[in-house]
Amino acid sequence: MIHFDRVAKRYSNGFEALKSVSFDIAAGEMVFLTGHSGAGKSTLLKLIMAMEQPSRGQVLVNGSNLNRLADRHIPLHRRQIGVVFQNHQLLFDRSVFDNVALPLVIAGFPPSDVGRRVRAALDKVGLLHKEARNPLELSGGEQQRVGIARAVVNKPKILLADEPTGNLDPELSAEIMELFRQFNEVGVTLLIASHDIELLRRQQKRVLALREGELLSDQVPTALHSDGAKGHRGHHE
Amino acid sequence: MSRARKAPLPTRAGARPKVTGVSDRARAWRQHHGRSARDSLRRLLVVPVRSTLTVLMLGIALALPALLYLALANVGQLSGHWASSHQMSAYLKAGARPAAVEALTATLRARPDVAAVTAISPEQGLAEFARQTGLTGALANVKNNPLPWVLLVQPVGTAPESLATLRDQLAAELVVDEVRLDMAWLTRLQAIMQLGQRFALGLGCLLGLGMLLAIGNTLRLAIENRREEILVVKLVGGTDAFVRRPFLYTGLWYGAGGGIWALVLTQLGLWLVSKPVAQLANSYGSQFTLQGLGAGETLILLMVALIIGWLGAWLAVGRHLRDIKPQ
Repeated sequence: MIHFDRVAKRYSNGFEALKSVSFDIAAGEMVFLTGHSGAGKSTLLKLIMAMEQPSRGQVLVNGSNLNRLADRHIPLHRRQIGVVFQNHQLLFDRSVFDNVALPLVIAGFPPSDVGRRVRAALDKVGLLHKEARNPLELSGGEQQRVGIARAVVNKPKILLADEPTGNLDPELSAEIMELFRQFNEVGVTLLIASHDIELLRRQQKRVLALREGELLSDQVPTALHSDGAKGHRGHHE
Repeated sequence: MSRARKAPLPTRAGARPKVTGVSDRARAWRQHHGRSARDSLRRLLVVPVRSTLTVLMLGIALALPALLYLALANVGQLSGHWASSHQMSAYLKAGARPAAVEALTATLRARPDVAAVTAISPEQGLAEFARQTGLTGALANVKNNPLPWVLLVQPVGTAPESLATLRDQLAAELVVDEVRLDMAWLTRLQAIMQLGQRFALGLGCLLGLGMLLAIGNTLRLAIENRREEILVVKLVGGTDAFVRRPFLYTGLWYGAGGGIWALVLTQLGLWLVSKPVAQLANSYGSQFTLQGLGAGETLILLMVALIIGWLGAWLAVGRHLRDIKPQ
């Protein structure tokens, strides 16, 4: 579903965010992306979103090569991908409902469909009763859940999350992770960037670890523990 | 998370129609247009003073060339009036016999380019002169009337060339001494009018350009204010057209407001000068009344305002949206 082939990204200021990164994420997988800030996590996500172009190598998402994606097809590409941001990027000039409805309105869904799908998504994240509120009135955890509802309302095949639990306490983080697991169970491919090592260990999912733009390890945390010799490479605590 | 159980979302990855059909998509598209239009208007009404000032400025910029155009149209109408009332005076030779005068009058009346001929005898001329000057007593003693026969010829057309032809042919008649037709002022007036029209056109173009820049600058601020929203819309797959739409409607609203103000200001300008003009016309014994904008001209003014508003927005949005890219 997501395929990186020797991808490098060098910014115009000379900073090399990624150096020849290759990996494959199959449809329906749930994968974590970890590494210190500056390791290249955000750049990797931006490449998948076609917000950046790789300097070398190829990025394939759902079978299409993003190097050959025309500018006018970028919006259509992004509609296949749901994104959850650390700072949730909600709009405070409209209600929770309208925030979640935005991707549907953009994609041209008929209004009756919009209402139904938005309520289903809000129900899923447990915020159906707050659809008329302004996101400013909600707590941090609730705002994040609105962001998740907006990311999944379009029923994307791929869900990207950039530090989705970065500002949340452990209990709320666990709730968010549980939501992600549920999406994964119905077939959504997830790629979640997080530097919360404890959380990754609990999830028992494949982890891509980046350091200074290179892929350091690509393993499931339990394997790291049972096999200490390899494990220390991917785990910095 | 027990509430999660009843949620039907999401089903299976894969074959999920994004939109049920073309008609649904068209309906959603129309609805977004309606929503953009309403939303743009609402945003303008939230800041009534700023919006009114912008729209008033556009109105003034449109009213100026419109008033100039009206002034020219009225002068044109007036000059047409004069030209049509302009008649030739053919002074016949002294001692022309009444029979010859009658014959010439008949010939002229038969011509297709002559509307009317009035023959004034020397006696009538003298009486008229006496009445106008108040010299009745003095002129009664004049033995030899020095005035000739005069034929007042009213031409059909007003075109300078046909008038000149008629004058030349009239002058060629044996019995005619001299024909008076002052065309120089007509030609000059037409040249001045042409100059005025060019001036109005140039002024209109300059002011139109100024309006484009003003709308562009106003829209630049509006775009800057909604930067966050534009970024999010782009991130969740909004096309450029989707992002542009509300701003284009903002431009259209500005244009509509500016057009309406321009009409109001034009009417106000007309009303201000209509009374003095009527007095002036009255003093000349004329029935002249000022002409306002017709239905067609009103429509053109509004269309121009809308087009300028839309175009200004298009240019501004095209320039500034490129700068706003998700980071």
